[in-house]
Amino acid sequence: MNRRAFIEHSCGSLALAFVQSPSMFPTTSNAPAHIWDLHSHLSHMPGDSAEERTAALLKFADRLGIERLVLSMGFPLHENPAPERLRFENDQVLAALRRWPDRTLGFVYLNPNHAEFSIEEFDRCVRDGPMVGVKLWVARRCNGPELDPIVQRAAAMKAPILQHTWLKVSGNLPGESTPYDVVELARRHPDATIVCGHCGGDWEQGIRVVRATRNVCIELAGSDPSNGFVEMAVRELGAERVVFSSDAGGRSFASQLAKVIGAQIPEAARKLVLGDNLRRLLTPMLTAKGHRL
Amino acid sequence: MITDTNVTLSRWPFRRLIGDEPAELAARLRKHKVSQAWAGSFDGIFHKDIAGANSRLALDCRRYGDGFLLPFGSVNPKLPDWREDLRRCHEEHRMRGIRLHPNYHAYTLMDPVFAELLKLASARGLIVQLALCMEDERTQHPLMRVPPVDLAPLAGLVNSEPKVRLMLLNCYPQLSLDPLAALASAGNVHFEISMVEGVGGVARLIESVSGKRVLFGSHYPLFYFESALLKVQEAGLSEPHIKAVFAENARRLLSGQDF
Repeated sequence: MNRRAFIEHSCGSLALAFVQSPSMFPTTSNAPAHIWDLHSHLSHMPGDSAEERTAALLKFADRLGIERLVLSMGFPLHENPAPERLRFENDQVLAALRRWPDRTLGFVYLNPNHAEFSIEEFDRCVRDGPMVGVKLWVARRCNGPELDPIVQRAAAMKAPILQHTWLKVSGNLPGESTPYDVVELARRHPDATIVCGHCGGDWEQGIRVVRATRNVCIELAGSDPSNGFVEMAVRELGAERVVFSSDAGGRSFASQLAKVIGAQIPEAARKLVLGDNLRRLLTPMLTAKGHRL
Repeated sequence: MITDTNVTLSRWPFRRLIGDEPAELAARLRKHKVSQAWAGSFDGIFHKDIAGANSRLALDCRRYGDGFLLPFGSVNPKLPDWREDLRRCHEEHRMRGIRLHPNYHAYTLMDPVFAELLKLASARGLIVQLALCMEDERTQHPLMRVPPVDLAPLAGLVNSEPKVRLMLLNCYPQLSLDPLAALASAGNVHFEISMVEGVGGVARLIESVSGKRVLFGSHYPLFYFESALLKVQEAGLSEPHIKAVFAENARRLLSGQDF
């Protein structure tokens, strides 16, 4: 059973219209979406080098018709990386970008605990390099003033910021941001585009927290494929503020993609979520760096 | 065609779900080429009148998909006279298996009552579905926090109960593959895929426990059905493995040929 037959057999025409693969593309009978994934990592993948791990990621992404991966952070993961470690991990991502410039994009991993160095690293990787956005993880909550220079730098170049967030009923890590922190930051920087990573994990709360703050989008990655997530997000935020992402390799592409493919939403909304929104967010950076859209 | 070994009827207390009406659930599963679904009941997790929950489950399965929806009744060995629930599941409702939720029913696998339940269910030839969790522990309702089931004692129990036909549901992402492989070696233990995570996770599970022990399960309607389906696609399995996961392993387990 080939991939096309498998999907057609199993998902019906709905999924077939969106799931593609090199062997199926281009197809004339469908109008496949161009699926872009905002949030992939080199961690949790086999391989000794960034290139080996990216090759593995792309092999699985191909099976589900995911066209482009936005990579951030290296391996192994560090929650509060020192400057030299940040540089090392960003170099790992840069190596992947050099090898697959048409399949991968990169967000620079920064640490607000090293704000001055983070600005230098932004300039090295984004202003002067091929990366197109910023990734912030769990080193420090994002509502503090230490974030301001980083956000101002990114906003000036119209580079989106992906800030990890969770609302864990079991309690967050000390430096782990919540959607409330993202809203605080976004209101101080109305010109910045901030993506609320994982939508706080507890998406029924996360969606409500960011709803009124228009320069905040949400991404779908890293939580259970709970039935109803994308329907509520599209209903409350509008499809334009919802971005597909996986958090691979810790999560499967499959469970995260299913949130969009399985959602009872209009097809136009699905297309926005699967890729159009991310391309819109990245258009200024991609244009500046000479990517064809 | 697909046998979905992990669907659930009735209402999840914390969210309305597309597919939480049995007619709608059956229609949506059929649309996805599911030919048989093994159905538990959310009521069986939360209600004390579990006999009533099992009767409704059996009735709904007959009404909305006789032969298509196979009821797997709940047994809570911490309720008074639970052995009667087990008897009714088997003798009155003609169920092929039962579904257990030790964490929601407040017992551990170390509890002697669990060993007794395994033994009695096995003596009746019932499949025992053991649900390890229902959702990510981090996103549970603050007043209803339920940690996943600790599997550590299970291998020993399986080893000492050779007739057991056990299936683990909702193998949550934090579970490492080593204990699952140990369980597969210990006895007749099967695994469904709805919560298996990581890129290529289903392929890794098959490598660890063998392709004959892995069954398709969607955890629908709590999860999007498409998640399990796309996991099989992502795994890049051979056609024989796909057929085994989709239906043949479930058919063998149901028929007792696995034993």
